[in-house]
Amino acid sequence: MIPAALTDLPLWPPTNLGRDPLVPLDPGERDRFDAPVTKVRLPTDATAWLVTRHADVRQLLRHPGFSADLSRPGFPLLRALPPGALSDRRGGFIRMDGMEHSRLRRMLTAEFMLKSIRRIEPLIRQTVDRTLDDLRDAGPPADLVATFALPLPSMVICHLLGVPYADHDFFQLRSRTLLDRDAAPELVREHVAQLRDYLHRLVEAKCAAGDRADDLLSRLARDRVDTGELAVDELVGMAMLLLIAGHETTANMIGLSTLLLLRDVPGRYAALRDDPDQADTLVEELLRYLSIVRTGLPRLALEDVEIGGQLIRAGEGAIAVLSTANRDPVVFDGPDEFDPYRQAHQHVAFGFGVHQCIGQPLARAELRIALVELARRFPDLRLAAPTGQLPTRDNSIVFGLDALPVTW
Amino acid sequence: MTGRVRVDRDRCCGAGNCVLTAPEVFDQGDDGLVLLRFTAPPPQTLEGVRRAADLCPAGAITVD
Repeated sequence: MIPAALTDLPLWPPTNLGRDPLVPLDPGERDRFDAPVTKVRLPTDATAWLVTRHADVRQLLRHPGFSADLSRPGFPLLRALPPGALSDRRGGFIRMDGMEHSRLRRMLTAEFMLKSIRRIEPLIRQTVDRTLDDLRDAGPPADLVATFALPLPSMVICHLLGVPYADHDFFQLRSRTLLDRDAAPELVREHVAQLRDYLHRLVEAKCAAGDRADDLLSRLARDRVDTGELAVDELVGMAMLLLIAGHETTANMIGLSTLLLLRDVPGRYAALRDDPDQADTLVEELLRYLSIVRTGLPRLALEDVEIGGQLIRAGEGAIAVLSTANRDPVVFDGPDEFDPYRQAHQHVAFGFGVHQCIGQPLARAELRIALVELARRFPDLRLAAPTGQLPTRDNSIVFGLDALPVTW
Repeated sequence: MTGRVRVDRDRCCGAGNCVLTAPEVFDQGDDGLVLLRFTAPPPQTLEGVRRAADLCPAGAITVD
């Protein structure tokens, strides 16, 4: 039984099947969450403060008084933790605070910095070419998600980490379970354990290999595990985090971006081919407008902090809603308009604060090269299904399309 | 406003927004953390520097 006082609170995230995949929050729902800070009920029957404005979201995510550690009592969980979930979280630095977090994150900052990503752009380009060949061979018509949007980031992250792409069915399925808000806790536990076992064997093999391969996991094995700075279990946890984060995020951005560019305004897609120099700006606007982490980022207050005029007390949960912050009219003129020429760099699609996505230079490069090359090689691309009937990933932490039928 | 820029490498989380925003002033070291190319950047770069400070997720850049 849900207590009566709880049922009076609006439920977050809202259940809104059948909506337009390009609209983060339906107008009706937006009205319910229109205040800067709203008290909401979560599917776990916990309560939390929903923070929706750009300035407040940035303050919340950068404030040291808020914790990202979901093992703390009272953390605002969107789904129940699977049994035993807290026993082996080693290496999963996205859910750590302070020095514990920065110690592990800093082992990766050089790997994902702009210079390093520029060095692997030729690899990204080759992978884009190869997956576009697959798209060409699959149709017309073809499913752009299955043949292009998903395999591309998957191949790239596998190559970077040194994970065999041949096993992609195995980890794509498990990665999906981990992001599915409706997955049964027992299934989540099972899939986490299987992923950990798989990566554990892989990491052990890399640590044992005399002749170290030139991939991220091998480099960490050599530079950090061999020196005693990093435990094998921690490296496994980091590998899992990167593998999952590298899969669905960019894939969903490519799928939704293609839908957006083909729909509504004629010429947008052609402009990408004719003026590829604008692609960097376009990518920022796509990130802002589509905001695929639509359920927001949860945090727990460790001290009393005032956000957006609301005192959030120690022990209370708060959720930073990136998608509404990215449509805040104070920061973005006409925020509901997609404007490929706007300077959208202040968006918070990658989060904010010390947990801001470490893979953002990689994500930007993949998205830019993927979209420009798609427009160049498939100038006549068009949608092959009514957009109202596209299967969307409503229950995922990372929103996106399950399929995008296209023809040319 | 003197335009004097400071970076706090202890706070830096290596997100790289500064290098993307004002590459003439900011760089990343071998460890991926922020490096300042000038402590007193040329006036024409100041707007970019201010934008980089605003975009820094960790609050590691200050402009006096």
